[in-house]
Amino acid sequence: MQTAILDCIAGCMTLCLIGTALGAAEIPLDQRRSDSEYMSADTRAMQSDDTANPGMLAALDGETLWNEKSGATNKSCADCHGDAKTGMKGVAARYPAFFPGQNRPVDLEQRINISRVADQKAAALPAESKDLLALAVYIGLQSRGMPIAVEETAQSKPFIEAGRTIFERRQGQLNLSCAQCHDDNWGKRLGGSLVPQAQPTGYPIYRLEWQKVGSLQRRLRDCMGAMRAEPYAYDTPQLVDLEFFLMWRARGMPMETPAVRP
Amino acid sequence: MTRRKRPPSLTLPHKDGRTRGSRPLCLIAAFALFSFVPRAGAQLVPYTIVGDAIPASLTGSKGDPVRGRAIVANRNVGLCLLCHSGPFPEDRFQGNIAPDLSGAGARWSEGQLRLRIVDASKLNPNTIMPPFYRVGGLTRVATTYRDKPVLTAAQVEDVVAYLMTLK
Repeated sequence: MQTAILDCIAGCMTLCLIGTALGAAEIPLDQRRSDSEYMSADTRAMQSDDTANPGMLAALDGETLWNEKSGATNKSCADCHGDAKTGMKGVAARYPAFFPGQNRPVDLEQRINISRVADQKAAALPAESKDLLALAVYIGLQSRGMPIAVEETAQSKPFIEAGRTIFERRQGQLNLSCAQCHDDNWGKRLGGSLVPQAQPTGYPIYRLEWQKVGSLQRRLRDCMGAMRAEPYAYDTPQLVDLEFFLMWRARGMPMETPAVRP
Repeated sequence: MTRRKRPPSLTLPHKDGRTRGSRPLCLIAAFALFSFVPRAGAQLVPYTIVGDAIPASLTGSKGDPVRGRAIVANRNVGLCLLCHSGPFPEDRFQGNIAPDLSGAGARWSEGQLRLRIVDASKLNPNTIMPPFYRVGGLTRVATTYRDKPVLTAAQVEDVVAYLMTLK
């Protein structure tokens, strides 16, 4: 009898624990904060002043590349798309996006390469190369201040959900999930740094730690390394799904490309 | 509470013929063990959980609190101060994701601390506290760290010994 009662108490406690676990969830839309709010005033000032923001140098490089003829067709991006300031307005805010030609989502950098290969008949730019980042920054800059508009459609939903699964899954020797820090503990201190919400509003970013511009994929791979997990290789479907989920999670938040981050 | 059994050791057939008759069976058994026992499981010292504690030292002896303090303070070894704060006046950058370590030795017994360091998920499956002495049931562990616990058994004992001084 006593055992039965103890079992019952143990069962209730287990249920309570499970209840607590399910309670920890997504950040309510009105509580979302740009990661720039967790930076020092100096770093924020660096981002908001275009003459001090090192990411703007990449944007200048990107503008040059936009107008440069390339590939077997000897065409520039501008030859088809015109002035990026009008033609590319709001485009980066919609990526990653479902790309019917591949029957899965692609991120902005991948979309740039699709055009290079198919339309310019040029070689794809390597992942994380200076030129690819420069073009992505330049195109991203045309959406600065616009709300992130990644769409959840019947086609894209399974990929967003796949990204969410990766975000919530524990990984690495430290057995952490992205969500445990960025959903459940944002605003607290990890060592000397405030834990941000991981809202990817400003990619490609200029990261002070890198001393250069880098992509969201690079940042995610860094995070996985810190969890002592095997990072997904560049352009793997899993990494793009994770980007897709994160941009969907930040939907409606203003774009900041090129953001500066510590 | 779950009790961990000592993992069965692999016994290969003797050359002297004592087990010759059962050799095929032994080989099958050995194969099965290789298949299902986590590869490095055998590297870890087995331990027994009693209630919410591991009462016995993993090494059979007491740890060194001075070494333990150094492990706790080291961001690349113990990693503790990333999430916890504690009596470390020399370190300005301590975390507040997890409870302050001050007084840990008064709040918990040695065995309770040991289990919380070894694998806190045994007590709360949703804990954010990493398992410091476990290699199984983990996903996508980076090659460098694969099949290695965060701390060795001796390091766990050193940390336990240090935390017990925080009364």
